[in-house]
Amino acid sequence: MFMRKPVFMRALAAGVFTLSVASIGLAADLPANPVALGSPITEAQLADWDLIVAPDGDNLPDGSGTAAQGQMIYHQKCAACHGTAGEGASGSPALVGGSVSTTPPLLTVGSYWPHASTLFDYVRRAMPPTAPKSLSNTEVYQLTAYVLHLHGVVAEDFVLDKNTLPAVQMPNRDGFIDVSAN
Amino acid sequence: MDTKNNPQHVAGNGLIHRRHLLGLGLAGIGSIAAGSALGADAGMLNIPSWSKIPGNGPSEYGTPSPFAGDVKRLAGGPSATAPGSGVSRTPLHLLRGTITPNSLHFERHHSGVPAIDPAQHRFVIHGLVRQALSFTYEDLLAYPMVSQIYFLECSGNSGANTVATAGDTNAAAIHGLLSCAEWTGVRLSTLLAEAGVTDAAAWITATGADAASMGRSIPLPKALDDVMIALYQNGEPIRPEQGYPMRLFVPGWEGNVSVKWLTQIKVADAPAHFRDETSKYTDLLPDGKSLQFTYPMGVKSVITSPSGQMKLLRQGIHEITGVAWSGHGAIRRVEISADGGRTWADAHIEAGQQHLALARFRLPWQWSGAPAILQSRATDSSNNVQPSREIWMAAYNPANRYHYNAIQSWSVSAQGDVTNVYA
Repeated sequence: MFMRKPVFMRALAAGVFTLSVASIGLAADLPANPVALGSPITEAQLADWDLIVAPDGDNLPDGSGTAAQGQMIYHQKCAACHGTAGEGASGSPALVGGSVSTTPPLLTVGSYWPHASTLFDYVRRAMPPTAPKSLSNTEVYQLTAYVLHLHGVVAEDFVLDKNTLPAVQMPNRDGFIDVSAN
Repeated sequence: MDTKNNPQHVAGNGLIHRRHLLGLGLAGIGSIAAGSALGADAGMLNIPSWSKIPGNGPSEYGTPSPFAGDVKRLAGGPSATAPGSGVSRTPLHLLRGTITPNSLHFERHHSGVPAIDPAQHRFVIHGLVRQALSFTYEDLLAYPMVSQIYFLECSGNSGANTVATAGDTNAAAIHGLLSCAEWTGVRLSTLLAEAGVTDAAAWITATGADAASMGRSIPLPKALDDVMIALYQNGEPIRPEQGYPMRLFVPGWEGNVSVKWLTQIKVADAPAHFRDETSKYTDLLPDGKSLQFTYPMGVKSVITSPSGQMKLLRQGIHEITGVAWSGHGAIRRVEISADGGRTWADAHIEAGQQHLALARFRLPWQWSGAPAILQSRATDSSNNVQPSREIWMAAYNPANRYHYNAIQSWSVSAQGDVTNVYA
């Protein structure tokens, strides 16, 4: 998939001769990119590699899971750090419960995170910390459903998949002010 | 007035006009430090032993003098639950100038430093582009590059001073998630042009090749402006802990968006809302709402000497010095107070201070032995003024630890002990 072409040959194709003309003052002849070495690749070639899942659910994988199915794997792989009911422990955040309004606030997946997609995306790419990316897509659906259920966001038998996940309404979905344009 | 022998006091509690930085000769120091002794008798000089024997020859990679002291990062212990996660802080109080040596650049890792073989590493641009492209490290080395000096500051820097009681710590512990280096690399706009961004594009989403696959979203206008893919740091290949073989570098913005070990840029019509831009690095407000995508780091300064846990050993002239920076431009002004903000004097800022880089400021101070509160207050080229702690704290929920840029206060006791205080 990543066979390299000789750099010299590609540089020729991309306009080395144009550059040599430009060097005597004809800058208008310069191509926008005097060097263009990127190798074409297709989205299909990136299918197993691109893990990004945004709130619109685009790029969510096949598979599904329910909280009932996620309970066992949660206790096997998550509870040691995050607590048997998602209450957290020293060095590991609570996942459920809490509120932004208490003093101090307790910011959890349930009380704070605005999008369910973030939970799926993060668990798939970064959890568990000792073995990231070791969970199957089905396991990530199951665990996502279980954590959401612990906070009462979805029912125990709610089937989470690429169609239902984007529609999950998180409690704090209106809690953020996008200041990126400021 | 003979300003050389009668230094002009410009603000309360001993601050002296910045013109005396270079002009204060011994006569000047003697006259204003009246009553305090000059140095002890220098005595007879002998030729030292190292002038009589040849020293070591050249070496392949230099190291500091063993006599130069413990100039090291302040590194936290290993994480019990998240291997490789954590920070180390730049020892700001032990450095002078504006450039951070590569070995002392602060670190923040979310799942450790990956050991990346550059020959196997791939950087891909895809998503809303006409042609998705894959680049090797060697490919990027062949592109035209730019070199710029930029500061990098973690969004959580100085958050230690948001807690209710001021900790008895030093400048590194409080403010050391701040560094400044010359970064060299390929403009991201060059590579985005090669892939051909489509009309629907509005954001880029970037991820790293670390075990956390740390990701952040950046609005397209910034990505096309001054963002680079950095390959060199102070002239040498960037260090593994800074993203070797390549990192995104987003000038002036919170450090977390400068994704290290960069492997993916997916051009999109909206942000991805990654964990580190929703659960983390968002600013909780007093009413329970949160600011999201708070990118530029606010105007800020800190006196690095004298600073927390130092001790003044003599009365008389001391140089107050520190660093100032802003994610909104260049530093235009730094004022110093020695009386807790009652009166202020303009510090000297080195000429040629650059956009989005650290500025070094200095001002002479005659310490009389009386208690003092030292503060610095920076103003940037966009006319932003560094706020007081009181004003900053009122703007956020008390639990917010991000984007703290308030004025730092160092207390100097009659015994010369310098302590972090809220004032």
